[in-house]
Amino acid sequence: MVEPEWARLMTFPHITTSRWEIEDAHTLDRYLETEGYKALTKALTMTPAQVHEEVKKASLLGRGGAGFPAGVKWGFLPENVWPRYLVVNGDESEPGTYKDRILLERDPHQLIEGCLIACYALGLSQCFLYVRGEMAHGQERIANALNEAYEAGYVGKNILGTEFSVDIILHWGAGAYIVGEETALIESLEGNRGMPRLKPPFFPASIGLYGKPTIVNNVETLSNVPWIVLHGGEEFSKIGSEQSTGTRIFAVSGHVNNPGVFEVEFGTTTFRDLIMGDEYGQGIRNGNQMKAFIPGGASAPWFFEEHLDVSLEKSTVDQAGSMLGSGAIVVMDETTDIVRACHNVVRFFSRESCGKCAPCREGTNWLEKILRRIIDGNGRKDDLDLLLDVCDNISPGITWPPKQTTICPLGPSAVSPISSAIKRYRSEFEAYVTLPQTGTSVGIQGGTS
Amino acid sequence: MSRLNEESLRIANEIINRYPIKKSALIPLLHLAQEQEGWVTDQAMRHIAEILGVTPAEVLGTCSFYEMFKRSPVGEYQVNVCHGISCHLLGAENLLHHAEDTLGIKEGETTQDGKFSLEGVECIAACTEAPCLQVNYRYQNKVTTSDFNELVQEIIDGERSDIPKHGSLAKVRQNISPERLAGIEPVEHAEQPEWLNRNGQDS
Repeated sequence: MVEPEWARLMTFPHITTSRWEIEDAHTLDRYLETEGYKALTKALTMTPAQVHEEVKKASLLGRGGAGFPAGVKWGFLPENVWPRYLVVNGDESEPGTYKDRILLERDPHQLIEGCLIACYALGLSQCFLYVRGEMAHGQERIANALNEAYEAGYVGKNILGTEFSVDIILHWGAGAYIVGEETALIESLEGNRGMPRLKPPFFPASIGLYGKPTIVNNVETLSNVPWIVLHGGEEFSKIGSEQSTGTRIFAVSGHVNNPGVFEVEFGTTTFRDLIMGDEYGQGIRNGNQMKAFIPGGASAPWFFEEHLDVSLEKSTVDQAGSMLGSGAIVVMDETTDIVRACHNVVRFFSRESCGKCAPCREGTNWLEKILRRIIDGNGRKDDLDLLLDVCDNISPGITWPPKQTTICPLGPSAVSPISSAIKRYRSEFEAYVTLPQTGTSVGIQGGTS
Repeated sequence: MSRLNEESLRIANEIINRYPIKKSALIPLLHLAQEQEGWVTDQAMRHIAEILGVTPAEVLGTCSFYEMFKRSPVGEYQVNVCHGISCHLLGAENLLHHAEDTLGIKEGETTQDGKFSLEGVECIAACTEAPCLQVNYRYQNKVTTSDFNELVQEIIDGERSDIPKHGSLAKVRQNISPERLAGIEPVEHAEQPEWLNRNGQDS
């Protein structure tokens, strides 16, 4: 595979991506030459409680989507219940999201080291590293790295000659977006259909894998942990903004001149920098105008021109009415057919609904079918109101953050693109309904197919 | 002969021993069955049920949830064209229709010679390389229509040994030698690990 151009465009700060430019950083030898496993060695000189304390001081937010502080999540484990587990969420499938796969492929040992430190700090008995099924190359890199690390004494029995012993088991999925939801991930790991569990009252930290206390952390979250231990939580918290510390990996794709995956410091960069900046997206293709952009993965409400100067940190993006989610920024230029783009995202959710909750199972399918008939030229005058009515039934009031009638947020996520697109570009939907259509039909079946 | 063969069974047992509860090995075992035959046969599912001590219905229940598992024969080369939002914006539908025309099949079908199957799939996490596709889960980036024609020709001419047959995923498997294994504790009860009392003085 040809190395993408963005690989050499990385700028400060490098916490999780520091080795991306090194060709063989995935090997144990090169990892050791670049400070690899130093954090683990240091952690083993500290008490587990001290290690946990450093992660708390860092205020490391979960990088999967919800943005919950990892140190706090770790603190939810009940006392004196064993075994307890670490489950690594590497089931990255949110449309536009593209960071965990690169972390798995280019720096697998960094992730493994993060897992080991978490297990040491929390007294976790076993770690399961769940990699998305479609990522064959990522699975190879992790398998290779684990084989090396086991042989060299970094994983397994009596790690580095101490009494610390833990196994890391590579597990792989088989194609289901919903398995990225932590309780569905646990179900899948238990060999079941990947359907989310009802929570509250019980979160995985108290009742998780095999009914035992379980920490589920994202690949990027754990990849930050070695740096935090090596340099200290306080040092980490100086990077970024007060409420979003450290850095974040963003994938910028769609109609930009230089699509890429960039690590940037929280709070110091805006969407405009990331989309238009010379170091990053380098502006809209062909000098076109922007029509809309998705700021945080397909589940996030869309942003427009006026949101370009919102800074990249959790709280400001939340206040502006969307979320940073999984760090996926998808840019649409003026040539974009907004109705088709909207249908595309909704079709994703209808195909990926697990079918457990009726509002999502039925609702996302109806939304997809209505949008499809609009595009195919069979739309009815009241279809726009019907779309919003179905949205309202999935997520009452169509608010942000969304209210849920379902166990997990997948159903309400399908509401985001529709409410954003109709609010801003209602006339484009109306044109589809009132004018005769000459374009091609939506060739790809959705929903039930 | 579409139960798990001797070699698959050996790997299966290694995998099973890594989990405190056998059923956790179900998805990896279904992948093994698919690797062996190119798809998951009913006999393989029954065999897996026997091995794991669950019912065949439970195995089917899990198998049918995940879209990578094929319960009827598919092509030797499974072509998955991404039509996630980033690829959609950069011509995924054209690429998919071009693939349909080139292969002479519709999305969801297999060519008569059993060589190619075609599917439009959701985001495969290569959004900066749009439009992209996977052949047997190997990435092809920024695919133009002529790239696609070339790819198909290379596969027909046997020039793509980098792409394994359908069903094989990672070419490298995890290996843990018994002496390096920390050991799996029973789910019912385990003691607090001794390192939690570690004071940092002895290393």
